[in-house]
Amino acid sequence: MNTNPRANTKTTNTDATNTDATNSKAHTGTNIYTRADASASTSANHNASINTNANTNARLSTNLSGQVGLNRSRPPAPGKLKHYLTAAIILLLLWGSAVDTDASLSKLIQGSPNMLDLLREMFPPKWSYFDNIVPAMLETIRMALIGTTFGAILAVPVALLCASNLSRSAWIYQPVRFLLNLVRTIPDLLLAAIFVAIFGLGPLPGMMALTVFSFGLIAKLTYEALETIDRGPLEAMTSVGATSVQRIAFGVVPQIQAHFISYVLYTFEINVRAAAVLGLVGAGGIGHYYEVTLGFLEYDKTCMIILFTLAVVLLIDYVSTKLREKML
Amino acid sequence: MTTNATTWRHKVQKPKKNRYRWLIYVLLLLLYIWAFAGIPFDGIKETAGQITKSILSGLFSPDWNYVYLPDGEDLLRGLLETLTISILGTFVSTLVCLPFAFWAAANRGKSRFVSGSGKMLLSFVRTFPEIVMALLFIKAVGPNAFAGVLALGLHSVGMLGKLFADEIENMDHGPTEALIAAGANRLQILWYAVLPQVLPGFLSYTLYRFEINLRSATILGVIGAGGIGTPLIFALSSRDWDRVGIILLGIIVMITLVDWISGYLRKKLV
Repeated sequence: MNTNPRANTKTTNTDATNTDATNSKAHTGTNIYTRADASASTSANHNASINTNANTNARLSTNLSGQVGLNRSRPPAPGKLKHYLTAAIILLLLWGSAVDTDASLSKLIQGSPNMLDLLREMFPPKWSYFDNIVPAMLETIRMALIGTTFGAILAVPVALLCASNLSRSAWIYQPVRFLLNLVRTIPDLLLAAIFVAIFGLGPLPGMMALTVFSFGLIAKLTYEALETIDRGPLEAMTSVGATSVQRIAFGVVPQIQAHFISYVLYTFEINVRAAAVLGLVGAGGIGHYYEVTLGFLEYDKTCMIILFTLAVVLLIDYVSTKLREKML
Repeated sequence: MTTNATTWRHKVQKPKKNRYRWLIYVLLLLLYIWAFAGIPFDGIKETAGQITKSILSGLFSPDWNYVYLPDGEDLLRGLLETLTISILGTFVSTLVCLPFAFWAAANRGKSRFVSGSGKMLLSFVRTFPEIVMALLFIKAVGPNAFAGVLALGLHSVGMLGKLFADEIENMDHGPTEALIAAGANRLQILWYAVLPQVLPGFLSYTLYRFEINLRSATILGVIGAGGIGTPLIFALSSRDWDRVGIILLGIIVMITLVDWISGYLRKKLV
């Protein structure tokens, strides 16, 4: 009866959506799914609003009938509805965002002559300004260095508490992890703004902001590395009666120290970049000079600051990456 | 027996320490002396303790009235603007970075010079802080949320482009070759062989970058590029600690929620 299963399923599809009840009789030999579907789409047609639902049903059943018929090897094609819905949601989000932020292409095109003017004024950079900003750059590096160090020192005990294989119970490590996640939600520049409000202007609040920020980052990276360490040495230490301090000093530290130093270096790279802009909220470093030069419309000096920062950041990144490669 | 004893007496040698180890320690010590000498530790205001106490009390007694004000700036509108800035910024950067990613990906039959130059350009964009970009865009389109969108959009290209390029490099070349053998044109290869392979990774990285952009968007307001940062700076400078408290709470809740949703979606994707 079903010499051509493809054609057969096709007719079932169209007929089912037309709710031709006799159709299922004509193909009784095919399967029971068609009949079930036909009845489903009849009931759906009473309520036109869920017509799409019936359509997907029909498609599903034709696929199934294809499977039950001769075409056994062909898996059902995945539904497209999910993709359309996702696309619709994303488009809606984008449209809403564009309305809310008042973004438009025409505004960008209108503003681009201003941008070009700005870029033209930035070049050539004022090389002589270099002497003025070297002390600020050194201060930036100092802040990053001290912030990273303090953050790393604070991170060690917390990482030990967070690791599920070293901590005593979930009652300890789950709350500590939760607090750690909260700390990491606050961006560094916001921390700096708060510390400036508390301690006043200068590099000290910047340093503290970087300390808190590095603490969150290093603690998270370290506890994740701690959870992957080999249990063998720990068990050996326990079997010879080591105390928990000895276990950590001789069983955990040798396994983790290379990773830890690598994470600290990585955090230092991030902190140098962060410290370069902390000055915008008054937390010391070279960022302060952006405001000064932009305020006086001295764009060639701004360009010099940007170039100098880029050079220093790239240099530190390069050195740190080389060190990390050697470490691991 | 005697042979056995001699083998047992053999001790495992300790790994030899690096001869220049002490040099590294001395250098580190000098570095720290230099660093600590330069930071003035005496510049703390006497009111520091009191202000800390007020901020903490502000966190625990936030200004709930600020959550929704019928007219003008309130917390929900600020957070919504922050969210929309990061959504649009991520979208712009995803679009812009696609050609750069294909440029920077070191695929077969492509000279090292081409992909190397693409990678250089991307790392150059990455080192350029978004807040400085926002400063420049503010000069171009004025101090509003659109400047923030453009700054995030341009800055994210650096990181997304690199991640996308890595994804393209790790692609399996089998399907591409099969399609070439079957006589497909370039567009068909892109659509049926490349895209299905890289799309989950692309989407996952986009979501990841969206999380980062959301954090950045909260601080863009500090320099006037829209979002929740502007009211926060105003509240900080007017010493309205209860308002600072509610804004901080709002930021923490929003970022935690978005991280959670985005993490869930990323787990489903990969």
